[in-house]
Amino acid sequence: MSRDPLRVIQTSVTQSPVIKTDQPPSEPAKQKGRFRPALLLHEDHDLCPGCGEPIAIRLMLEVIEELGQAQNSIGVIGIGCYTAFTSSMDVDLVQALHGRAPSVATGAKRMRPDSLIFTLQGDGDMVNEGLQEVIHTAARGESVTCILLNNGVFGETGGHMTATTVLGQRTKNSIEGRDADYHGYPILIGDLLAQLGGTVYAARGSVHDAAGVVKTKNMLRRAFESQLEGGGFSFVEILTMCPTGWFVPTAEGPGYLDNVLGAVHATGELKNHERLVTTAQLLAETRPSGP
Amino acid sequence: MRTVESRGTITVAVDRCKGCELCIPACPPQVLRMSTDRNELGVPYPELLPGCTGCGACLLVCPDFCFEIYQYETPVEYEVNV
Ligand code: SF4
Ligand code: SF4
Ligand code: SF4
Repeated sequence: MSRDPLRVIQTSVTQSPVIKTDQPPSEPAKQKGRFRPALLLHEDHDLCPGCGEPIAIRLMLEVIEELGQAQNSIGVIGIGCYTAFTSSMDVDLVQALHGRAPSVATGAKRMRPDSLIFTLQGDGDMVNEGLQEVIHTAARGESVTCILLNNGVFGETGGHMTATTVLGQRTKNSIEGRDADYHGYPILIGDLLAQLGGTVYAARGSVHDAAGVVKTKNMLRRAFESQLEGGGFSFVEILTMCPTGWFVPTAEGPGYLDNVLGAVHATGELKNHERLVTTAQLLAETRPSGP
Repeated sequence: MRTVESRGTITVAVDRCKGCELCIPACPPQVLRMSTDRNELGVPYPELLPGCTGCGACLLVCPDFCFEIYQYETPVEYEVNV
């Protein structure tokens, strides 16, 4: 990491007493938030400092619990850094081959139509290795929910460029930034899936700040609810920080996500039943002055 | 001296913190700062100053599940040198 480990961020309040935070307060207080979601067996994991994936996994597990689906869910997991959470997520899981999770989920849903079936995949898994699987699953209108953790880089398998890496984004093999002439253009997977007739819900969220985290959680809830209503395919793409793969200090990860990836993969709902919105329209709404 | 009110507070799992600093700018009243001390992993960790509202933003953005959030029944006051 290139950041100076001794750097101390100063806040506006100087010379204040530091408050003890090693145990719950002794004054009467209501607990509003716990370390880990109920469906995570323990907090420890080996993902990098500043990684966005654990933030997204928290949201997914919270929504499953809040919808009362803990005993009724089957997750199909792709290959990526997030796969490490298979040892700590307290829901039934199937490990798929790289990119094949939507097809495995199709089989699970057809055998268990009343279960909540979801995939958890990265951009390398879903958009490179298994692009046709997710497109056909959506086109068939399978009532499954595919969740994409998109950081534009093969984080686990070497740090190279993926099909969603945006122009100008650094990865190990686009170290000067992705160049359209040399590397081609990114795939906006959300738009591809949203316009298919079998898709009832598609949205793109981001975990780069607290407001984005809250919005993303609502998207996951709507996607799972639409599956439980039996309508068809649902999709949530979540932009996540990968400071390691982007070669940025951890503290700069959220800004890089918002300014570089978020300026192309704009966040918002792309499809909610009949209402279809393109990423270009979202960009015009949310960033009228351009990236 | 002035008085700063905390409507909430947090517990921090210091030894799990990887020092990423994502929680620092996420805190709306800016009452988190990184320590000068190091934890078991050898990195600085967040310290809480007076003025926490118990909003939970730090918990939402932390990748390492380091925060618990509390809201006081009666706000707690601190004397602060400014
Ligand atoms: S390589 Fe990237 S995605 Fe993988 S754990 Fe590290 S920060 Fe997260
Ligand atoms: S609960 Fe809110 S106010 Fe308190 S430390 Fe966390 S982010 Fe800051
Ligand atoms: S966000 Fe979590 S891991 Fe990162 S510095 Fe804050 S407490 Fe530590």
